[in-house]
Amino acid sequence: MTESRHLLEIQHLKTYFTTFEGVARAVDDVSFHLDRGEVLGVVGESGCGKSVTAQSIMRLIPEPPGKIVGGHIWFDGMDLTTLQPSAMRRIRGDRIAMIFQEPMTSLNPVYTIGDQIAEMFQLHRGMGRREAWRHAVAMLEKVQIPAPHKRASEYPHQLSGGMRQRAMIAMALACDPEILIADEPTTALDVTVQAQILDLMLQLKEDFQTAVMMITHDLGVIAEIAQRVVVMYAGKVVEQAATLPLFEDPKHPYTRGLLRSIPKLGERSKKGRLRLEEIPGMVPGLLDLPPGCRFEPRCPHSMAVCREREPELQDLGSGRLVRCFLYGT
Amino acid sequence: MKTLLQVDELKVHFPIKKGLLGRTVGYVYAVDGVSFTLREGETLGLVGESGCGKTTTGLGVLRLIPTTSGRILYNGEDIARVKAQRMRELRREMQIIFQDPYSSLNPRMTVNQILGDPMDTFGLYPGRQRSERIAFLLEKVGLSPEHGRRYPHEFSGGQRQRIGIARALALDPKIVIGDEPVSALDVSIQAQIINLLLDLQREFGLSYLLIAHDLAVVEYICDRVAVMYLGKIVEMGTYEQIYNHPKHPYTEALLSAVPIPDPKVTRRRILLQGDVPSPIHPPAGCHFHPRCPKRMDICDKERPPLTSLTGDHQVRCFLHA
Repeated sequence: MTESRHLLEIQHLKTYFTTFEGVARAVDDVSFHLDRGEVLGVVGESGCGKSVTAQSIMRLIPEPPGKIVGGHIWFDGMDLTTLQPSAMRRIRGDRIAMIFQEPMTSLNPVYTIGDQIAEMFQLHRGMGRREAWRHAVAMLEKVQIPAPHKRASEYPHQLSGGMRQRAMIAMALACDPEILIADEPTTALDVTVQAQILDLMLQLKEDFQTAVMMITHDLGVIAEIAQRVVVMYAGKVVEQAATLPLFEDPKHPYTRGLLRSIPKLGERSKKGRLRLEEIPGMVPGLLDLPPGCRFEPRCPHSMAVCREREPELQDLGSGRLVRCFLYGT
Repeated sequence: MKTLLQVDELKVHFPIKKGLLGRTVGYVYAVDGVSFTLREGETLGLVGESGCGKTTTGLGVLRLIPTTSGRILYNGEDIARVKAQRMRELRREMQIIFQDPYSSLNPRMTVNQILGDPMDTFGLYPGRQRSERIAFLLEKVGLSPEHGRRYPHEFSGGQRQRIGIARALALDPKIVIGDEPVSALDVSIQAQIINLLLDLQREFGLSYLLIAHDLAVVEYICDRVAVMYLGKIVEMGTYEQIYNHPKHPYTEALLSAVPIPDPKVTRRRILLQGDVPSPIHPPAGCHFHPRCPKRMDICDKERPPLTSLTGDHQVRCFLHA
């Protein structure tokens, strides 16, 4: 494999977890890329492998039980899957940063917000305490926290959920990273606060020219901020497309089912109550995956071939990929 | 339609105790004068952000927590005041489905026990009828009688929520309160449970009080909607009135903040400043005034009254007073 022309390129990534009951193939042959300055949405339900993919990029997979067993993650000529821990530490937080769903558990409760952000400047920029603190306060101001001087000396529990997520974003963007991975950053927030945070992320993306990988289960959030979308199901990428064509004409039966199964705001008032289309059954356990296509047991278009072998990712042109036998073998 | 439940000026205040003697130093005004009616066979949605008091209202109505004041009339009887013994009997007719299908089922009980327990408590469905009733309930919620011998951990989240629904239906209630019944479920499972709730309502003539924060789900399920903010209902009306013609600035902002899964839709988003204030020290005047984009001089001085507009539509705002 050669290095990539993309900012980040994931090739055939496999991250497995060894448990007493067997090997869970949490991420199984996942490939996609991220370009400079774009927002890529990664969407899927619990257990689809979206968070494990993110943790693999950050090399935060707890080992054991987890392990990256195959594939490459290319970033600036380096393969992150084989990088030494010390080299990875220099990239993590500095050039690739991450924010998490629950800001209360990802901030350290015994240090002030200011200290935790200042640490970024001390570690990655070699600044002294005072200078780092000044930069930390400036970051809090950039994420629109009122009275940043005062807030910097406060502890995480003194901040509201929305404020904590802003502090997390300030920490993540402190070193002006090339990539920001956001793992369900607004899921724990109320809808009016979610709107504030999404607005802030888009604005900071413009200011800092950061590429954003937005992991979420919320198709509404994807439609609002992503330019391209990767849809994952049970450890596999099942569809990939630009946002507009994906929502207008979803190709994979899973993507289609997902879009038709959610009530859309304003729809009932216009069209009356149409019965929601259900996707029958449930996501298969990673320990007993079906032999063929992983969506086959729930798929309305299931064919004989779907039970025999797994479909390959088909290239339908103009950046659209789909893993389904309906579109050729 | 007949009014089944009428809630009048319900208040639930939690005392804040401090110090060695546990002196009361203040109150959390969780529910602060909430009034609504629930009619036979309809679904009323209670929406709002975390801390607005929607769950406390639901628990108060069932008297699962003590209420501070106000009346809860069910068939002419004030259940805020009836004796504990009578309340137990009334609970047969009012059941609840909880948000988290993991913590709301006893892990040491089989599904048969979980569903049979309420029947035993009330001495209903004795002998053979008990297992027939359990099989009937399991089938109604899309499970099979063989599932009855299993324990909760053997089921997925969606299946557990079906068990929770079956338990709520075990005693053939009139009113079912759903406290965020689908928000812990995966997107592809939510539709299954929403469809199930609607089917069961039609079949058994149930009245639902649905507590939820997902505005799209509420629009889809509910006939009428009450929007809560800091312990008060700020707007109430039919789903068409609330979703097509919102009158309160908070309702407008809430609706505009919901991300719509259609990239072609572009809307003007009303971005509210700041967070929901603490219900311990709610702002003076209108509770919403510090965040309101349409604030006027009067708003921080006086409390706006609940004003009736056309039909059932009510709003608590000086713009319409």
